[in-house]
Amino acid sequence: MRSRIGCADRDDVGEYDMLQINNLVVEVEDKRILNGLDLTVNKGEVAAIMGPNGSGKSTLSYVIAGKEDYKVLDGAILLDGLNLLEMEPDERAAAGIFLAFQYPLEIPGVATMTFLKTALNAQRRARGEAELTTPDFIKRVNAAAQQLEMPKDMLKRALNVGFSGGEKKRMEILQMALLQPSFCILDETDSGLDIDALRVVADGVNALRSVDRSFLVITHYQRLLNHIVPDTVHVMANGRVVRSGGKELALELEANGYADYRQQAAE
Amino acid sequence: MGAITMMKTPAEAGLAEAFETVKGRLPGRREAREQAFGLFSERGLPHRRVEDFKYTDLRAAMREVAPFAERPSRETAAQAVAPPSAFGSADAVVLAIVNGHFVREASRLDGLPEGVVIRSLSEALAAGDPLFERMKPVPAAIENPVYQLNAAFMTDGAVIHIPARTDVERPIHLRFVTTGDAPVATATRTLVVVDEAACVTVLESHEGPHGVASQLNDVVEFAVADRAKVAHVRLNAEGHDALALSTLTAELGEAVSFDTLNVTMGAGLSRHQVFLVFAGGRSLANVNGATMIKGRQHADTTLVVNHAGLHCTSRELFKSVIDDDATGVFQGKIIVEPQAQKTDGRMMSAALLLSEGGTMNNKPELEIFADDVQCGHGATSGALDEDLLFYIMARGISRAEAESLLVQAFLGEAIETVADEGAHDALVGLVEGWLKARR
Repeated sequence: MRSRIGCADRDDVGEYDMLQINNLVVEVEDKRILNGLDLTVNKGEVAAIMGPNGSGKSTLSYVIAGKEDYKVLDGAILLDGLNLLEMEPDERAAAGIFLAFQYPLEIPGVATMTFLKTALNAQRRARGEAELTTPDFIKRVNAAAQQLEMPKDMLKRALNVGFSGGEKKRMEILQMALLQPSFCILDETDSGLDIDALRVVADGVNALRSVDRSFLVITHYQRLLNHIVPDTVHVMANGRVVRSGGKELALELEANGYADYRQQAAE
Repeated sequence: MGAITMMKTPAEAGLAEAFETVKGRLPGRREAREQAFGLFSERGLPHRRVEDFKYTDLRAAMREVAPFAERPSRETAAQAVAPPSAFGSADAVVLAIVNGHFVREASRLDGLPEGVVIRSLSEALAAGDPLFERMKPVPAAIENPVYQLNAAFMTDGAVIHIPARTDVERPIHLRFVTTGDAPVATATRTLVVVDEAACVTVLESHEGPHGVASQLNDVVEFAVADRAKVAHVRLNAEGHDALALSTLTAELGEAVSFDTLNVTMGAGLSRHQVFLVFAGGRSLANVNGATMIKGRQHADTTLVVNHAGLHCTSRELFKSVIDDDATGVFQGKIIVEPQAQKTDGRMMSAALLLSEGGTMNNKPELEIFADDVQCGHGATSGALDEDLLFYIMARGISRAEAESLLVQAFLGEAIETVADEGAHDALVGLVEGWLKARR
């Protein structure tokens, strides 16, 4: 069992690194996607990652969550000092990582409630906590569903099966609300959402913002960042972070596009 | 032309010797048994050059013949059925069939509606029960060596008669148990005659000890009259060294509803044959299967669905989960006779291979002689989807538990078809148990 430093021990320290990525080099099928990426996200911080198509944003999210097929050639990813690269995806989740997928998968035959309960209790077991009773579990799910304006019949279906794009994204946020992770990655959560759904999803995310929880918000567009206002913005190009700044950087990108960065990374 | 003398294998010689020994004391018409054994002897045990047995070579699998089981003592039978049954449905009527013999004292036959008759096969054969007149073997069975052997050797079993318009609320559970440390051979036959507009659920469980190479051959035959409704669930939970051959035949009248699910988890080598005939029109049959095998188990499902009536619908759904070095076989044939217009038949076999060493052989066939029909078949084999596994694991669920969720969902589609709540829940529990054991 991996030990984890309790938040209570470190509250007095103030802001410190929650996620630290150093010189990450990653290949997929012999193609180099991440090329010495450095990134630090502090505790309680909302960091946005922006960048053109193919810059490696989704790869970064998968590598943090632990997807196979990604060959890490160099570098380290530390969460609260834990070396994530040594851990299986389920161990990373129990340690606090949550990836909201760009394309959430449909799982025919697996009831949504069964899936949610299995996940929640697996994480609780991994952390040495007692499993939830069914009434307690249902209460939590209903509360989260209500906030995300999700009709109850969605919870009665197989996970994501027959859900619209927007419903799938809401289901991701519902899982996030239920699992209470300490580090949330939103991989293009805004894609496929209409304006109303975007607001609901953003409200759901904002409700989860806290001093103990960090976010990595991956997006192409500034639009999402009007709703989920970031503390920091990082620009990715050709597999590394090429510029970092405050939230105003997102506005600048929206106005000028990524052309400068493509060139800069290529040089 | 010179006669060709076929060399008999030791098992074939053993069967011939056993037949000579027992035929005089088996109940019923001896000529019928001799005729069946004669048909069997013409070709002997089927091997891989016999098309229907290409993937299940019985000549190679049966090296010798186990001695036919004697009738167990009352105490032995009582002990055999003392542990709770796999189906454990509290309100079921239970027929105990121990080592191939119907044991009335170990059965629980009370609470059946008036007119329902249950008697042992040996008694019915000896008395020349008129129900046998109504049970002509279906065409696919006559030519089948496994069925022929059963017809020659059938020792006991049951005859069940549900009279017209009788709704049998409690399921009738045929509980087959093989007991003892020494391998035995059994041949059982059960007839279920369901008259007009009657309704019945029949459960079948087959259990035996691991490490005992028994040879089992059971046949269950349904004759279902017009507008009757039958649900049948069969569980093979034999010991892992048993050789279990089984045949289900069904002849359906007009506007019948017939559902059967076979669940295979047990036996070292098993072959379950379903020979179904739509004799009347507008009937519906769901023929389903769920197989979970591991180690070096071999499980064969062979299906012949014969559409001879107008406007009938058949749905065949077979799910196989194969672990370790196990082998699954699915052979499914839908025949549509020239007069069977408006037939709607759909057959699907899907296999999930959990290991590198597993094998699945799929052979779907359609023989269509009518022109206004809808028929289709599909077969898939594959591993668990890695992207799905990652998605589930990313929520904190271990790989083993993620695999279990996906396997349960995969088999669920077949198991969900069971309407009897007790049987359904028992099967769900068995799947969970099987998955837990592999972690």
